[in-house]
Amino acid sequence: MISSATPLGLLLAVVFGAAFGWLLHRGRVTDYNVIVNQFRLRDFTVLKVMLTAIVVGGLGVLLFVHFGLAKWHVRDANMLGVLIGGGLFGVGMVLYGYCPGTAIAAVGTGSPHALAGIFGMIAGAIVYAYSFEWVRSNILPVWNLGKVTLGDVTGIPVLVIYVMLAALALVLFAFLEKRSSAS
Amino acid sequence: MSSQAAVAGTRKTGVSSNLDWSPYVAGIGIGVLSWIVFVVVATPIGVTTAGSQVAGGVASLFVGQEAVQANAYWTRNPLRLDYGTLFLVGTFLGALASALASGRFRLESVPAVWKERFGPSVARRYTVAFIGGIIAMYGARMAGGCTSGNGISQGLQLAVVGWTFLAAMSATGVATAAIVFRR
Repeated sequence: MISSATPLGLLLAVVFGAAFGWLLHRGRVTDYNVIVNQFRLRDFTVLKVMLTAIVVGGLGVLLFVHFGLAKWHVRDANMLGVLIGGGLFGVGMVLYGYCPGTAIAAVGTGSPHALAGIFGMIAGAIVYAYSFEWVRSNILPVWNLGKVTLGDVTGIPVLVIYVMLAALALVLFAFLEKRSSAS
Repeated sequence: MSSQAAVAGTRKTGVSSNLDWSPYVAGIGIGVLSWIVFVVVATPIGVTTAGSQVAGGVASLFVGQEAVQANAYWTRNPLRLDYGTLFLVGTFLGALASALASGRFRLESVPAVWKERFGPSVARRYTVAFIGGIIAMYGARMAGGCTSGNGISQGLQLAVVGWTFLAAMSATGVATAAIVFRR
């Protein structure tokens, strides 16, 4: 493992970030129209990209953790915070048309309106920093389950969940492709 | 009828589709990138933590360095050129490189789907993008991450926080799109 604080780690940050930006653009999820049409349930590109990344990424990381080459980085499930925060995020993402990562990539592809939203995101982060102490005492501790996975809460072995998720993804993708070729 | 026009508008923005990758290929790419970052730098892909570090830098221009350093949130996430912020620089550069390499760098102020519903006003698009950015970032910070850090990086570990985030943002996102784009 390379420490992310070393010069090499910092160089790799740019390299991995660039790979991420390239993939987002080639996958067309830097396009406002593609993202908004996902939420209008007219274009399932975003779902295909994300679910594929989750299944492929998850199965690989499971394997690497099994062989001691990687560690899990599961965060606390502070349920009230993630429900309110996720709920707000969905509203903001549809109004803006981007999520934070795709927004930065979209600016790179020449999207001035994505830049307008970047200024909004900076403002949002400033508002959050000023409300942080209140949120930390009143929202984040509520219904905090700790660093739990779906395996912990259901009692189902994680490998079984991954296999079920992969199967579900394949069926869903087959359905979406059949539907789009029929129309 | 109008909905078909919107979908057609989306297809058109794809231009030369041979340069686009299948969403499954892009998703596999992001999944494999996740393996690499878990193993090599032990730092899952994420955007908004570094985003709020940048916001702290912007805030210090207005309220001064001392006020920012006194803030509990920015004490935890100070602005520096570290792995997280350089990853964002990379994301921008990677998308820019992809857009230039595929000849699809183009200035887009008012995207097709927006224009069809809300007209060609640039000011209106920028205003809503700005407001959406505020809401999305505030929500992402309260939830502890965005589509990348929570949705993909936590989701692929089957973390409860990641899947709760995905469920919450999908629910409000689809509802918001239904209201905003209703006819």
